[in-house]
Amino acid sequence: MDATFYVAAVVAILATVMVITRLNAVHALLYLIVSLLSVAVVFYTLGAPFIAALEVIIYAGALMVLFVFVVMMLNLGPQTTETERIWLKPGMWTGPCILSAILIAEVVYLLGHTGTGQPGAASVGPKEVGMALFGPYMIGVELASMLMLGALVGAYHLARKRERLETRDVIESDATRTAAGGNLIRPGTGRPSSAA
Amino acid sequence: MSIEVMLNAAGLAFVVAGSRWAQPDGQVMFIFILATAAAEVSVGLALLLQLHHQYKSLDADAASLMRG
Repeated sequence: MDATFYVAAVVAILATVMVITRLNAVHALLYLIVSLLSVAVVFYTLGAPFIAALEVIIYAGALMVLFVFVVMMLNLGPQTTETERIWLKPGMWTGPCILSAILIAEVVYLLGHTGTGQPGAASVGPKEVGMALFGPYMIGVELASMLMLGALVGAYHLARKRERLETRDVIESDATRTAAGGNLIRPGTGRPSSAA
Repeated sequence: MSIEVMLNAAGLAFVVAGSRWAQPDGQVMFIFILATAAAEVSVGLALLLQLHHQYKSLDADAASLMRG
């Protein structure tokens, strides 16, 4: 169990170094996903299986999909397919694939050796976490929900089309978007049909 | 993206401390950090979208001028 912790930690450090040294956002995102998965394995070996599952589901699942979605959406244009072909050329995903293969082998090893006990640290299950979260930390949960509400309103307000843009900007952006085949949506005229 | 890495490191430190003393407080703290990161990502990506709409580029130096 100790060796699995160290292997996962080394994979996490390697992947994170690759994240901050990549020049391309999509490459860095691939390595960041591998880094989050390896941190989840570290959490599992530390005796926090609930947090490990949460890390995989929320970080690597939801937030990274959001990142990839926005990065891919931001450069819609005629040259997009060419750049994406360059970004996703087969030589690129060998690095994350190797690191992920190490992690998968480690997870299979861990699942095959369950019941051997955690190394030097007591396992804290989801029941204790839930009891603490909704017991003494109740005010923190409420504050987190208020923060989420503020983030929701703020994200909606920021990502909305401005009503009082400069006239030139409006005409220019409308022209580019109609040329790109996009639909024109003004605030207050209804929701875009393709919005999720 | 780098803020994600830093928040993740802080969360890892909290969970390690929590497992050292076998207390669930570290994991509770990690859940709060997770919520903060989610909120920050949503607002940050909305800002990025607005920047792209205004300047047709992702260069943060393009937005170095204020209106007033």
